[in-house]
Amino acid sequence: MSIRGTEIKIEGLTHRYNAKSPLTFNKIDLVSPPGEVLAIIGRSGCGKSTLLHILAGVLKPTEGKALLNGESVESPSPRWVMMFQAPHLFPWMTVRENVGVGLTFARWSKNEIKKRVDEAIELVELKPHVDSNVQDLSGGQQQRVALARSLVMEPELLLLDEPFSALDAFTRASLQKDVRAIAKRLGFNIVFVTHDIDEAIIMADRAVIMAGSPGNIVHKLDVDLPDPRERQDPSVQELRSRLMTTFEQAAYSKEEAPAAASGQ
Amino acid sequence: MNVPAKPATITSGGVIGFFRNPMVARLGWAISGLGILAALWLVFGYYIEQNPDTRTFSKFGLIPTLKAFPELLEIGKLQTAVAVSMHRLSEGLLIAVIVGIPLGILVGRKKRFRELTNSPFQFIRMVSPLSWMPIVVYVFSEWHGSIVFLLAIAAVWPVMFSTAAGLAKVDPAWFMVARNLGARPMHMLTRIIIPAITFDILSGLRLALGVAWIVLIPAEYLGVTTGLGYSIQDSRETLSYDHLTAIVVTIGVIGYTLDTLLVVLIRRFSWHRG
Repeated sequence: MSIRGTEIKIEGLTHRYNAKSPLTFNKIDLVSPPGEVLAIIGRSGCGKSTLLHILAGVLKPTEGKALLNGESVESPSPRWVMMFQAPHLFPWMTVRENVGVGLTFARWSKNEIKKRVDEAIELVELKPHVDSNVQDLSGGQQQRVALARSLVMEPELLLLDEPFSALDAFTRASLQKDVRAIAKRLGFNIVFVTHDIDEAIIMADRAVIMAGSPGNIVHKLDVDLPDPRERQDPSVQELRSRLMTTFEQAAYSKEEAPAAASGQ
Repeated sequence: MNVPAKPATITSGGVIGFFRNPMVARLGWAISGLGILAALWLVFGYYIEQNPDTRTFSKFGLIPTLKAFPELLEIGKLQTAVAVSMHRLSEGLLIAVIVGIPLGILVGRKKRFRELTNSPFQFIRMVSPLSWMPIVVYVFSEWHGSIVFLLAIAAVWPVMFSTAAGLAKVDPAWFMVARNLGARPMHMLTRIIIPAITFDILSGLRLALGVAWIVLIPAEYLGVTTGLGYSIQDSRETLSYDHLTAIVVTIGVIGYTLDTLLVVLIRRFSWHRG
């Protein structure tokens, strides 16, 4: 499986749900280089998920644009695949059928589908369950199937909307490390939304903090740590408290003086 | 270490285990229930025969009814009636499925269409299928078409409303995920919608079958000279009460068998757990 990343360029992105509703966020600018794992953190209602949905082509911006390798995102595409909080697998299908469903939509040959599905299933370590119905799997295994279903499309960008928040702590920790490892091995971009500072530190190359109403990016922090990252490492702990402090300062300053805050 | 395999027996629990097997137990209860029904019928037939006032109707009893089967089969009356009725039923159900499933999908997916059609559909649904009879005899040149229409109009509503209700329960995220993975409208229909609601479609078809089977017999009382309904009418007029009850039993057996077949299909195609 060979996947290449993409340069993400967000230019003056503004969104409101309808003419009468307030702005969700206002004039966001952001650039993410190919292969970067980017975390978007912020409190509820600052527009993180909306931003992610625009990058997925599920929502349209009111102004501005999102470009992937210079191409404007107008609609959903297997090149930029979104994974949700719940796996949303198709319960009438086996693991293999779920993982390969996107390839059947694209009319790949049976042999090619089998080859790519086997690779993706091996990557997420679900080989023993390949012919099981997805309803027989645990929550963590189901989320791995959803990950394989996304990876098999060989996307340039994987968008994750709090993908592990419904899982238990052990499964979450293991998936966070695995997803980062897979992204680094294959080279695709990840943009993920989270409320969890630890998740941002363990998974991301960079974290951006969104705050305010309308939301905007108020801070960016490089997560320059070696792999594999362990929660108990002093360097991880140190960066965690820095990010926490920055997050609280940024959030409060934005709430106190929304008009003064600017993008970036 | 090689462990010798246990010899294959009915179950590892022996005879008691065999009877504790849920499938065997279910079959046992069903046979017992039918046995009780047959016994009651036998007693009923005996008392009818013993009473001089009711002796004329003694052929309604179980034994004359069982004896009537070889006679009916020999003259070919039963096979012909069953074949004709089943043909009508199949056509009526096929039309109900062809019309009901797409309409149900439209009702379930399109809010405007649902709002527009709900009142007229509910209105027409409440009209007894047999009350269409005087109108349809003018529309169709032969009785067969009229009966098939009556069956179709009786069966279309359960199929349609079950399909729509099934669609209303479908997780909207499945559509979003499928779209995200590049599904086109035909994929949405064939790979997502239909598999997701197969259970509901088949449940609707099971209801439809019940309604159509009930409507079929009285519909065949009117005008036609073939089918199970006509055979009942004919047996009554010729005072062949043993033939009449044999045909009634046949109707029950066919209805029960078709219903069981659909239950098997529902189990086979249902992805719901529990």
